[in-house]
Amino acid sequence: MSDWVWLAVAAVGGVGAIGRFLLDSLIAAHAGRDFPYGTFTINITGALILGALTGSLLAGNLLLIAGTATIGSYTTFSTWMLESHRLAEDREYVRSLLNIALSLLAGFGAAFVGHTIGAHT
Amino acid sequence: MGKLPRVDRRELAAIAAGGAVGAVVRVWIGRHLASADGSWPWPTFLINITGSFALAYFATRLQERLPQSTYRRPLLGTGFCGAYTTFSTMQVEALKLAEVDRYGLALGYVLASVAAGLAAIWLATTIVRRTRVIA
Repeated sequence: MSDWVWLAVAAVGGVGAIGRFLLDSLIAAHAGRDFPYGTFTINITGALILGALTGSLLAGNLLLIAGTATIGSYTTFSTWMLESHRLAEDREYVRSLLNIALSLLAGFGAAFVGHTIGAHT
Repeated sequence: MGKLPRVDRRELAAIAAGGAVGAVVRVWIGRHLASADGSWPWPTFLINITGSFALAYFATRLQERLPQSTYRRPLLGTGFCGAYTTFSTMQVEALKLAEVDRYGLALGYVLASVAAGLAAIWLATTIVRRTRVIA
């Protein structure tokens, strides 16, 4: 893989992380922090977009940069798990379980819908 | 919408730097540990588990152990661990397994990721909390 691809991966990785931080802050400012609405929204929209990109004709370095690097950095697995764990620690078992189950179902559904849309455009 | 909490440019720079490194490490591991189509996605699985451990370690230490620092959490937590781990790739990998009729493997993959991810978070949190603080 050439140097410019690695540079692009680093640059868009930073952009994806900033996008996640800003959207999460914005959502938390409006919806509160009783439930991790921010991370949920980010992960589902990201699964939709990555599904669409992998379903599309995009391939090779372009797919790597736009998909794996950008959307991969925008969505997050670790924060989702940390927030679920902390909810359970606070005895918010229902919210913790909902956060895990809804993310799994909606995330898979979003990837499927995205993939279908991507394959038809 | 439109009301964004005050943005600290240095905080954004820390997130971008951590995110850049996280993405590069994830892509690098993906290229060196590539798994065959239709098989267990080891790179993403290992990345998500180790990244969860690291995030819980940093978050617990920074929140409960060390004096408040402005830029370590955005750099290491939001930036690095957030970008290193990925939810979208996991879901697309599960979808690809389902597309080749490997439904059991797809379900097992996401459930094992969640179980191992939670275990890693719990383990790191416990380790940090049990470590004596040296004053």
